[in-house]
Amino acid sequence: MNGLAFSVEPIDLPRSEIGTVPKQRQLRRRRMSPVGLIVPLAALILWEIAARLGWLDRTIASSPIAILGEIGTLLATGQIWVHLSATFVRVFSGFALGSLMALTLGVISGIIPIIYRLLNPTIQAIRSVPSYAWVPLFILWFGIFETSKILLIGVGAFFPLYLATVTGIRNVDRKLVEVAWVNDFRGWSLASCVLLPASLPAIFVGLRQGLGLAWMFVVAAEFMGATHGLGFLLIDGQTTGRPSTLIASIILFAFCGKITDGCLAWTSERALRWQDSYRP
Amino acid sequence: MIRIDRITKDYGGVQPAITELEFNIEPGSVTVMVGTTGSGKSTLIRVLAGLEAPTSGRIRWDNGSNTPFGIVFQEPRLMPWLNVRQNVKFGFGPKRTKESGRLADEILEQVGLRAFSRYYPRELSGGMAQRVAIARALVKKPSLLLLDEPFSALDASTRTRLQEHLMRLWTDRSLTLFLVTHDIDEAVLLADCIIVIKGRPGRISHQFRIDLLRPRARQDKGFQALKERVLEALADQKARS
Repeated sequence: MNGLAFSVEPIDLPRSEIGTVPKQRQLRRRRMSPVGLIVPLAALILWEIAARLGWLDRTIASSPIAILGEIGTLLATGQIWVHLSATFVRVFSGFALGSLMALTLGVISGIIPIIYRLLNPTIQAIRSVPSYAWVPLFILWFGIFETSKILLIGVGAFFPLYLATVTGIRNVDRKLVEVAWVNDFRGWSLASCVLLPASLPAIFVGLRQGLGLAWMFVVAAEFMGATHGLGFLLIDGQTTGRPSTLIASIILFAFCGKITDGCLAWTSERALRWQDSYRP
Repeated sequence: MIRIDRITKDYGGVQPAITELEFNIEPGSVTVMVGTTGSGKSTLIRVLAGLEAPTSGRIRWDNGSNTPFGIVFQEPRLMPWLNVRQNVKFGFGPKRTKESGRLADEILEQVGLRAFSRYYPRELSGGMAQRVAIARALVKKPSLLLLDEPFSALDASTRTRLQEHLMRLWTDRSLTLFLVTHDIDEAVLLADCIIVIKGRPGRISHQFRIDLLRPRARQDKGFQALKERVLEALADQKARS
């Protein structure tokens, strides 16, 4: 039996209206492009040639092959996993902590004007403090072990995501909020069903910026008396005069940062597939 | 019955948007408000929907202020992250039941969009999106449907099809419709009562009771005569303002 108390003839759709949709869907598929590899590969080749021809001082500049050898040694001895896992645990713990705080405070500030007026000026002031300025304070408060490192990374991840969340929520289209109001969405239901989904594009930008800063702050964190991690490897390479170790750790930082950002970008693309955005 | 009782809305500008509006919306009727741009038609519908509080005056509802209503805006205002079916279910509000999905499917069937349930708003044409908005407004079976120039952005043929569809929904569901528009043809085609709102601040200048039989044809003499009278009322409005 028909659940509605009325029956209406279905409306006919013109063929032109139906036919447009699959084409639009096809347009949104993107391909991976190898073009982005051209510049780094060319730079590496030029660098290797310069090193072999003796144009570079090998005691400070090393060469791509030597660096690859260093990474191979780290892999063979298994040391690379020790350093990578130490750094990854710090980055993700700090990123998770900072993101959780940023999302919570960002949503509250975005929704409740008085909280925004109370918190925002202070948070914006603290945001301008350079990462290194926190190091001595965190060592003093939390010691040189993991707590201070994770908190420092958390601070790095916090600010971009907080700012993106607040801005995202405060820029939600008023017209959509009105539709929610007339359909009885209030308080938490309004936040979870409208404000947060509408802010997702800004939140993902904040997450990617936060993750990028987490990778930057982990270097500062691992300068605080770490015995493992890519930051430690960096300092170790400098103090023992091994440029290939130092550069290998920089390359590993770049690689890890790119991979994690790629994962987040992929997640963002999946989560925001509803967006009607320009894609060249 | 809904009584609009001396409603004034002042946004704090040089003059109010609407002033001392007073009329009734009869149950089961189609009341259409026509007027030029800026005369405060949309302001009144926003007051009726509770999106704006009137500066003075009040709205008296027969069944108390909790009369269930649906609203369709000029633009579809669909949630872009929800697909068509989810957008229709949005009309139930945060408290949904097991029936919500089935009722959403049924109304989608009736507006001809069941096959597009999983499509996102970006993948729909203007007419399809507006039909989703109508389905969302009707899904929880309101007794009153407020329409704020819902077909103004559509091409002529889509507009005609949607007007016909709206009339079928009105007939079968015993709805009360309150529509604001600047399209005189649309007003005469749909209305039991046409209210002409004039100038700024908007005031009611004329009310017409329409006794033409349905379905109405635009070529009929009666239709054309009535259209002329409404146009004259609007022209009179322009002369006075």
